[in-house]
Amino acid sequence: MEVVLALAIGLLTASGLWLLFRPRTFQVVLGLSLLSYAVNLFIVAAGRLRLDAPPIVGKEVADPALYADPVPQALVLTAIVISFATTALLLVVLLASRGLTGTDHVDGEEDDQ
Amino acid sequence: MTGWMQHFIIAPIVLPMAVSAVMLAFNERRRALKRVLSLITMAGLVVIAALLLWQADGRLAIGDTGPAGAYLLGNWPAPFGIVLVADRLAALMLLVTSVLGFTALFYALARWDRSGPRFHVLFLLLVAGVNGAFLTGDIFNLFVFFEVLLAASYGLILHGSGSERTKASLHYITINIATSLLFLIGVAIIYAVTGTLNMADLASRIPTVPASDLMLLEAGAAILGVAFLVKSGIWPLSFWLPRTYAAAAPPVAAIFAIMTKVGIYIVLRLTSLMFDDTSGDAAGFADQWLIWAGFATMLFGTLGILATRSLTHVAGHYVLVSSGTLLAAIGLGGQALTAALLFYLVSSTLAVGALYLIIEPVERNADEEDIIAGIAEPVFDDEYTGAVVGEETEIGVVIPGTIAILGGGFIFCTLLLAGLPPLSGFIAKFAIIDALFDDAIIEPAAWILIALIILSGLATLIAMTRAGIDLLWTPGEDSPARLSVIEVAPIGVLLAACLALMVGAGPLYRYMEATAAALADRSSYIDTVRSAPRAGENPL
Repeated sequence: MEVVLALAIGLLTASGLWLLFRPRTFQVVLGLSLLSYAVNLFIVAAGRLRLDAPPIVGKEVADPALYADPVPQALVLTAIVISFATTALLLVVLLASRGLTGTDHVDGEEDDQ
Repeated sequence: MTGWMQHFIIAPIVLPMAVSAVMLAFNERRRALKRVLSLITMAGLVVIAALLLWQADGRLAIGDTGPAGAYLLGNWPAPFGIVLVADRLAALMLLVTSVLGFTALFYALARWDRSGPRFHVLFLLLVAGVNGAFLTGDIFNLFVFFEVLLAASYGLILHGSGSERTKASLHYITINIATSLLFLIGVAIIYAVTGTLNMADLASRIPTVPASDLMLLEAGAAILGVAFLVKSGIWPLSFWLPRTYAAAAPPVAAIFAIMTKVGIYIVLRLTSLMFDDTSGDAAGFADQWLIWAGFATMLFGTLGILATRSLTHVAGHYVLVSSGTLLAAIGLGGQALTAALLFYLVSSTLAVGALYLIIEPVERNADEEDIIAGIAEPVFDDEYTGAVVGEETEIGVVIPGTIAILGGGFIFCTLLLAGLPPLSGFIAKFAIIDALFDDAIIEPAAWILIALIILSGLATLIAMTRAGIDLLWTPGEDSPARLSVIEVAPIGVLLAACLALMVGAGPLYRYMEATAAALADRSSYIDTVRSAPRAGENPL
């Protein structure tokens, strides 16, 4: 479980970073999306991995050891919403940039090679 | 509890957010209504921030929250809920934000708010986000407020559109989204090590972190720190800043001057809470990094000021110089130096704001003059000796009134930015240098900081003088571009605020010293948060 998660985070981060440094805006957007997936998984991992443990404690007094940490899950929800919204906003700017400069290069102009 | 008064602390966040939400409901054509609403809101924020400042200084009791008010959101006890803390430092930053915000908004009424839709909504959202970042006592909530202010700033940077702004904002948005991801990684690591997100709780838990986890904690803090340092424009993460700020509309650039200070504020707050001398093994881990990166930023900014001929780029690089000075001073630490750097922070923020506002009218005149460039006639003798704001008797005689006012304001700005006496810029720099000389043994780093402060002041003076000669002293046609009162008044207010900083330097400096003392004594912050009263718990 840990190995799979670690590999997933590592793979997503590596691909995301590679795409982030590409010259096309669409690649950059995809790279940022992949990076945000990696970060979301990372936040879940920060709360320690637990299988089959509910994050919500009922009314009765319970042993905290039986439950998963709810805080990282709440953080992940917030992070997903925010990164989704900012990515959408970036897409709008991407389209505006494409329309105004006539190229999808991140600098708004093609390299001279 | 005195009823609603206890909810005062949250007003700097809720008020602009609510008003901007209301404004969304109105059609864009109802411009007058929106202007009135947003101006009233910003004026209200100035009053609220001033009241909070008085309260934090112990001169005024709002509710019964004590001198440094803490406010429990949702009435959950700290550290489980999110807490807002309005201590001296936060209140000071709120006041600077609202003064700068009010003037920038007023300036925008001249014409800038018409160059694109929903300017007022975005502007107030930005202010709400900045205020929230200053007030919050929870690092994840800080992330949320950062995103609020960044989302608003994405909209504002595009305000007025045009390909230059779109290109700059594409870079700006990409960099900031990537930085936000770093922020999240840092928060996650810190949570994994300490199990808390509350800043006060974090401060009390860090000394107990086992040595085996210390490296992980420091890595988390460093990643988190990089996120703030990108915002504050530290070298080598600052190449986006001058270009982005230059592309923004002038009132937007002016309010952006506070955004770099948000990063500085957080660095100051977190280093004083998490890594001060009593933090055990983690003490002062980032100090050397801050010092040397701050020096590099100052040097880069100084070279940038000298290398560029465009005034907006001068202003952008000056923002870097001031960030570098502040970060290096934070790294060097010490109570006296903290007080001095707070004074510098206030003075330089207001001065840069004024500069961004004055650049556009100054260059507007120059553009028209370029048409008849080449006829060099020295008209500047009178201007140089007698140019003060309000000298309007000269209209149509030798120097047009517009040029006199602009020139006066420009000279004022130059003196402030370069740190020449007698204005507040000089007092601020002098205070920093004086604090550095306080120690019996002066470290080599302190000497470098002193040298760089003086050098950057000289560079600013050279660049501003050169620009001033180019733009103001070149004789122009008889009727220079008109200058509306709406544009002059906010510049005047900002410069008057700097003048007030100079006149009232004594009491203000005592406030800064009290702030620095409160920062050094982090147990008071922790106690404030821990003992924050829950609503309904203590009887009336």
